Amino acid sequence: MDKKLNDFIPEEKGRVKSITAEGKIRRRLFDMGVTPGAEIVMRKTAPLGDPIEVTVRGYELSLRKSEAETVLMEVVK
Amino acid sequence: MKFALAGNPNSGKTTLFNALTGSTAHVGNWPGVTIDKKSGIYRKSAEKAEIIDLPGIYSLSPYSPEEIVSRNFLLGESPDCIINIVDATNLERNLYLTTQLMELDIPIVVALNMIDVVEKNKDTIDADGLSKILGVPVATISALKGTGIKELMDKGIEAVKRGRQAETVLKKSGAAVLISKIAALYGENKTKHPLFHAVKLIEDDEIEKENFPEIAIKAAALKAGTDTGIFEGDFEGYIADARYKYISAELPAAFKKAPKQGSLTKSDKIDKVLTHKVWGIPIFLVIMLAVFHITFSENFLFLGLFIPEGTFDHAIFGTDAINSPGVIIFNLMDWATVSLGEVIASLFPDPTWYASLINDGLLGGLFAVLSFVPQILVLFLFLSILEDSGYMARVAFIMDRAFRRFGLSGKAFMPLVMCFGCGVPGIMATRTLENEQERKRTIFLAPFFSCGAKLPIWAAFAGVFAHYRGLNAEFTVFSMYILGIAVAVISSFILKRTIIKGETPPFIMELPTYHLPQVKNTVIHLWEKLKHYVIRAGTIIAGAVVVIWFLTSFSFNIGAGLVEDSGDSILGVISNGLKWIFYPLGFGMGENGWKFVVATITGLLAKEVVVATMGIFAGMDGDEALETEGSELGDTPLGLMIISIGGVLGGLDIAVPAMFAFMAFNLLSVPCMAAVAAAKAEFKNNKWLWKAIAFWIITAYAVACVIFWLGVLYTLAWWVGLLATVGLAVLVVYGVRFAGALIDKKNGKTDKINIKELFLFKKIK
Repeated sequence: MDKKLNDFIPEEKGRVKSITAEGKIRRRLFDMGVTPGAEIVMRKTAPLGDPIEVTVRGYELSLRKSEAETVLMEVVK
Repeated sequence: MKFALAGNPNSGKTTLFNALTGSTAHVGNWPGVTIDKKSGIYRKSAEKAEIIDLPGIYSLSPYSPEEIVSRNFLLGESPDCIINIVDATNLERNLYLTTQLMELDIPIVVALNMIDVVEKNKDTIDADGLSKILGVPVATISALKGTGIKELMDKGIEAVKRGRQAETVLKKSGAAVLISKIAALYGENKTKHPLFHAVKLIEDDEIEKENFPEIAIKAAALKAGTDTGIFEGDFEGYIADARYKYISAELPAAFKKAPKQGSLTKSDKIDKVLTHKVWGIPIFLVIMLAVFHITFSENFLFLGLFIPEGTFDHAIFGTDAINSPGVIIFNLMDWATVSLGEVIASLFPDPTWYASLINDGLLGGLFAVLSFVPQILVLFLFLSILEDSGYMARVAFIMDRAFRRFGLSGKAFMPLVMCFGCGVPGIMATRTLENEQERKRTIFLAPFFSCGAKLPIWAAFAGVFAHYRGLNAEFTVFSMYILGIAVAVISSFILKRTIIKGETPPFIMELPTYHLPQVKNTVIHLWEKLKHYVIRAGTIIAGAVVVIWFLTSFSFNIGAGLVEDSGDSILGVISNGLKWIFYPLGFGMGENGWKFVVATITGLLAKEVVVATMGIFAGMDGDEALETEGSELGDTPLGLMIISIGGVLGGLDIAVPAMFAFMAFNLLSVPCMAAVAAAKAEFKNNKWLWKAIAFWIITAYAVACVIFWLGVLYTLAWWVGLLATVGLAVLVVYGVRFAGALIDKKNGKTDKINIKELFLFKKIK
C-alpha cells in the first residue's frame, strides 16, 4: 500500500518510493538519507502536532509534515 | 603539515579537535556548534601539524553556507590530509560525506569515533575491513576518552607521505562512464580535483556551472543520453541515491549490529517522556523555571512556607527561608567583595580624587559586576548540561510549530538560544541558516534573548524587589527572559510581514542521541565563560568604569576638582538634559532619574556596565556597593534611588513599574558594541545595520512604555494608562505598515502609497 510519510502513524514502517520535493528541500532529504529504498519508521509527532520524528538509517530525524508530504512511501508490514 | 578536520555535525568533531590541539573550543550536543573554521596545533608528532576544524556538514551541496565554507576551503587551500571523523554509532549517514570527500585528490584518514559506545552496544565494527572497502586508512578512536588519537595521527601522517589519487564509489553505478568522460574534460583543462568537479557538474551544481561554463555545456550534451531510471533526469537525486546504495550494499561486511534487546533504547525512553504529546511543553517550562529557581530564589524549594517568622536571620543563608544554592554563593561572593572593599577603603581615608577613583569608581563598579559571576556560572552550568545532553535539540523540535507561525524555524531557535549566553556567537551562528531572510530576521531578534551580561541587571533589581510586596526574585528574573522571548516572537511576526518578507525555511534536522553530559565538556564550557567574563571585567568594563567615574565626578570645569553633587557632573548635566525622553517610560523622573538614564547610555558599551554604573552611584551616595541586604526596600542604596523615582507622584507604585520599564528598555534596545559589530559583519551592509538599530530602539521604547503604563494602571487613573497603551499599540502597528509601504515604494514595488488601504488593512480596487 502506498502512503505519504506525513500520514504515517507512530511505529508504522515503510520504504521510500519517491520524493516529489524540489530544489533545496529535495537535496536536503537526500543528503539526510531519505532516498528511494530507505527504510523509515515513524516515531512520533511533536506536542503541537508538527514536526514529526522518524528513524531513518539508524538515527532520529525530525522534519515537518509539509516536508514529509513530499515523501511517497510503500508501507512495510 | 595542514590537516583539515571534516565530519557531520554532532559527530564529536570539536571534542576531537580539543583532544588533538589541547584547545578548549566550545562543545555541545547539537548540530551546528562550529560555525567558522578554527585552527590549532598538534604537537605530538615529529613534525608539528596544523589542525583546521571545519564546520559540521552532512554533504558538500551548494545550499548551506557552512557547506560552501568547507568546500571552498578543501578546494582552495588543498590541505595535506583530511581527517574525516565518523560517528561509528551512525555509520550509514556519516559515510555519505566520506564518499564525497574521497573524490578529492587529498589523502584521507577516517576516524571512527565513539567506538567505546559501539562496543558497549555490543555491535562490532571491523575497522580493517572498512578500510579495505573504502580504500582509505581507518582508525578507531574515542575523542572523549582520548583513546586512539596517536594512532589516528600516525595513520594520517603516513597517508600524507603516500599521497592519494581521488577515487569514487560511483564507479560501479550507471554514471561511471559519464563521470570519467567529464573528469577527462577537467583534466584537459588542468583543473585540480577533476573527479570531484566532474561529479558536482553531473549533479547540476549551480556553483560548479557558474565556475566552469564551457565544460558545463559539453557535460550537458554528454548527460543527455544517460538513463537515470526512476529519477527521470534528476541527476542530483540519482547521485545521492547511488552513494547510499553503495553504502548499504558494502557496509554489512564490516559492521554487525547486535540483536536487539527490547525495542526501546535508553535514549528512546527518555525521549518518550521529554517530548510527550501532553507533558512535553509543561516539562520544558518546569525545567526552565527550576533552573532559575535554583539560581535566584531566596526561598529555596519554598521551605520558607514551613518556617515561622522570626526564626532566624542569616546574611548568607537566608531569612526565615533557605536561599537557593545560587543565592548562597552570590552572598558569599558579595560578602567577600564588600569586605575587601572596606579594607581597601580604610587604606585611603582622605577624600582625595584617587581615593574616589579607587573606592567609588573601580571597586564600586567592578565589584558590582563581579559579585554576579557565581550566579552566572550556576545558570550556565545548567544551560550547558541541557545543551550537552541533547535536550536543546528537542526543544527546537517541540517549539518549531509555535515558532513557525511567527516566521521562525526550529533551526533559528538554536542561534537564538545561544544568545542567552552571548549575542556575539549567537549572531555569528545565524550563518547556519540557509535562508537569507530568516538570517536577517534572526539577527534582528538576537538582542531580545537576555544574555549573560544582562543577567546582573535583573539579579540586582530582583534582589531589591524581593522586599517589595514579596516579589519573588526568580520570577522577576524569569519574567525578563519570558518578556524577551515574547517580544522576539511578536516582532518576528511583524518583521516577516513588513521589512523582511520571506517564506519560513525547512526544518529537516537530526535529533542527536541523549547522553549524560560530560564533566570535562561542562567544565571547559564554564571555564571559557569565566575567563571571558573576567577578561571583560578587567579590560572593557574596568575602562568604562573609570571613564564613567570621571564623567560623573567632574564638572565641565575639570580644574575645579570633584563635584559635591554628581548631578552637576558632566554626565549628570547631559543626562539631566536628556532625561525627558524617558519620562513616558517612567524612569527619567525624580531626583535620581538621570542616573538611570546614565546607566542606559553607558550600557550601550557593554551591558555589564549598567550594573557597574549603578554601583558607582551607590558608592557615591555613601555606601560600599550594591547591597541587597535588609528587610525594607529603603535599606539599600539602589532601593533609595528607586523610591525617589516615584517621588511625590505615587512613590513605589510608580517606581516599581518604572524599574520594570527600565529593565525592559535595557533588555530590548541596542545591544553592546561587540554584538553590534558582529551584526554589522553578518549583514555585510550598513543599511541593514541602521535598520536593525532603529528597530531595536523603537521596540525597546514602545515595549518599555507599555510595561510602565500597564504597571501604573493599578494606582493612577487607569484609563490614562489604557489610552496610552492602546494609542501606542495603534501607532506601532500603523508605523510598521507605513514604514513597510515606504520601503516598497522606494524599491519600486508600488508607485504610490494608498493611505486608505494602509488604514483599512484592505486592498481597494
